[in-house]
Amino acid sequence: MSAADSPDGDASGGDAADAPGGPEGDADAPESATAAVVEAARESDLGLVIGTLLAIYAAATLLTFTNGLNSVVGLMETLTFLGIVYALTALALNLQWGYTGLFNIGVAGFMAVGVYTMGMVVRSPDPAFGPPGLGLPLPVGIVAGTGMAALLGAVAALPALRLKADYLAIVTLGLSEIVRLSLQSSAFDSFLRDTIGAGTGGGRGMGMPDNPVRDLFLVDGQAGDPTALGDLVFGVFGPDGLGISQPILIGWGYIAVLAVFLVGFYLVLERLGRSPFGRTMKAIREDELVADSLGKDVNLVKIKVFVIGCALMGLAGILWFGSQGNVSPTPQFRPLLTFYVFIAVIIGGSGSNTGSVLGGIVFAAVLFEGPRRVGGTVRGLIDAETPPSFADAVATLDPVTFLAYATENIAPLQFVFLGLVLVFIIHRRPEGILGDRIETAAAVDLSERPAGGETDE
Amino acid sequence: MGTTDSSIVDSARARPGLLFVALLGGLLLVDLAAKLAGVGLGPVGGSLSVDRLGSNLWSGIVIGLVIGLAGIGLSMTYSILSFANFSHGDLVSVGAFSGWGIAFLIAGFGEIPVRALLTVRDAGNASPGDIGAHVLTTPVAILVGLLAAFVVTALLAVALDRAFYKPMRDRDGISLLIASIGAALIVRYLLQFVYGSDRRGVTASVEASNLAFDPIGVSVDAHELTILVAAVGLMLAMHAMLQHTKLGTAMRAMADNKDLALITGIPAERVVTATWIIGGGLAGASGYLYVLLRGTIQFDFGWLLLLLIFAAVILGGIGSVYGAIAGGLVIGVVFTTSTIWIPSDFNQAAAFGVMILMLLLRPEGLFGGVTTT
Repeated sequence: MSAADSPDGDASGGDAADAPGGPEGDADAPESATAAVVEAARESDLGLVIGTLLAIYAAATLLTFTNGLNSVVGLMETLTFLGIVYALTALALNLQWGYTGLFNIGVAGFMAVGVYTMGMVVRSPDPAFGPPGLGLPLPVGIVAGTGMAALLGAVAALPALRLKADYLAIVTLGLSEIVRLSLQSSAFDSFLRDTIGAGTGGGRGMGMPDNPVRDLFLVDGQAGDPTALGDLVFGVFGPDGLGISQPILIGWGYIAVLAVFLVGFYLVLERLGRSPFGRTMKAIREDELVADSLGKDVNLVKIKVFVIGCALMGLAGILWFGSQGNVSPTPQFRPLLTFYVFIAVIIGGSGSNTGSVLGGIVFAAVLFEGPRRVGGTVRGLIDAETPPSFADAVATLDPVTFLAYATENIAPLQFVFLGLVLVFIIHRRPEGILGDRIETAAAVDLSERPAGGETDE
Repeated sequence: MGTTDSSIVDSARARPGLLFVALLGGLLLVDLAAKLAGVGLGPVGGSLSVDRLGSNLWSGIVIGLVIGLAGIGLSMTYSILSFANFSHGDLVSVGAFSGWGIAFLIAGFGEIPVRALLTVRDAGNASPGDIGAHVLTTPVAILVGLLAAFVVTALLAVALDRAFYKPMRDRDGISLLIASIGAALIVRYLLQFVYGSDRRGVTASVEASNLAFDPIGVSVDAHELTILVAAVGLMLAMHAMLQHTKLGTAMRAMADNKDLALITGIPAERVVTATWIIGGGLAGASGYLYVLLRGTIQFDFGWLLLLLIFAAVILGGIGSVYGAIAGGLVIGVVFTTSTIWIPSDFNQAAAFGVMILMLLLRPEGLFGGVTTT
């Protein structure tokens, strides 16, 4: 969504967005990636992200401190993991939608292709259970998965060259459903097993290769056999020290790896956005015809953006679902996953990388994980039997019983809330929480000049 | 790339694509003929009974009619309000649940608790057989249910428009599309909250409900026949409304050229409301009929159906009501007959593939970009 698309954008974009101070306008755009980080820290973008995380941690502590340190740290681990993986995916989507205006709602499909390719390449050729793989090393699998997602992105780019945004949306959604249905199909599974010797596992899915981070802490990933590092960490924080369970500590180790990737994604995209290529992307978003008239190869830029964005989605899919033990097409790669990522981007404000990171973190904590935890906590406080159905709950005419039903069935209400948030943001704040942070297409922000009053006579 | 040579590139790109599709279609037809004749030539041919082809075609037509009926509303809102409405599939579900609640209420009133009937068997433990809803035994209940599905869904569609879409009439199509995704989430999960999440049977089974047509080897279920009659009736009513009433003319004018329509004094908001009433109502009716066909109901079936409805509308050409019906029939037939060539878990993917091919090769649809509703 660009500012030009929203007539009421300027009216509502003022107050909250200005408080942290946008980097656009009052600072020169830095030319290198490192300068971007320094600037981000100076303009307190980094501070904003850390502040948000701290606020979320405080809320998590409030919610679980009665259960001891282990559950506090465990909830923090879950929230941080989800926040980072949503941020990674939101960043990739932001490149396509926020920067270039390509409305791709097939995110789930590209993530699925990435993680499935990785699994098929890395899994052992003769596994104890599940489909066979090619048995290649993990880095090869990660590169292959990213590459396959990029390849599918190149295919998906072809319709993007010819179609209006809403048609493109339907095509990419259709594509992601085709991917999901193919992975689901047992016929496709056996076809792949016969031809390349690696299967998808059909509807049952496949187990993911061992996480190398686990091997850092445990010899061969075996529980109860810690390495030197494992000994040290488990000794200080583990059951003998602060009493935090080993899986949670290993989870934090993986989060450190994810954080490195997040910084990497951010730097690459930030650098890309400020390059001449990035300015062409923004020009296409603002007015494709003008970009074309100025001699920019619009089609080539669109293809490149699709390929880069989808590769990053594939990589994000690998980092996210590759660490989850088991993947299966149907609950995990439904279009709903795409909408989650979209909501994260919209919350942060499309067109802003920092916004995407923040949006991912806020979405994961406040909209995705938060309501379930709060619902569970409230349910624990109510002393009433849960009625078996909505009609039974209404028939009792007792508000407490009804509340018990509602908190027990918090999942659907959470989606209703998600929908309301989405509609509210689109109505009132189409530019997201960070407001007027949309990257301007021009190297110099033309709209800021009169306010600066440099050469006005 | 300059604009002058892009048209050449376009046509050059389009032709091999069309050629490819024509070749593929020809190959499939030859293969089908070989299969029917029972001749096998390497990968081509095999065996296929005329009966199976006939029953595949018939069930494809019935599903296609339901999809086409749902597509009419989507096509109308797409052309008159210029956005892809992603909450349309959930309007289909709303019609099914509300309509079947009313149908159950009439069919099983007095014997089974009202809360079990109205929630379509979410509460209580009545089986479909206890309620006994079937067009041969309780025709009045089925008919009133259809009417209720139309009315409730139309009301909801208007309410959603007032709450969500009216405040953003002047916004671009993508903003409206995102708002409709939000509306879809709200409607779908309210349905889950109220009606529960499990898939459950709805229609009772009645003996001798199959009417066999021996000469063509197709056996027709009484419910399929009901759907045929109801869907064709609604489509004819739609045709008459569009062609012979003032409202229909105004709708076609709005779809064709909004500014011109406004200048000529067409009351835009009233036409928009009428569009939602008719489009939403038809969506609800189609959801009700889909459940009649399948015999089971689940809170998100409309959402899962949405992409097929989109496929039908795009195939027929957005904005064309007749296109939506024709597209629905094509999608329905592709859906059921594709199992002759490919594994059955790919039939939905085949329908989406047809849609994507259509968008790439002929984005204006079968009925060539005529945006007269």
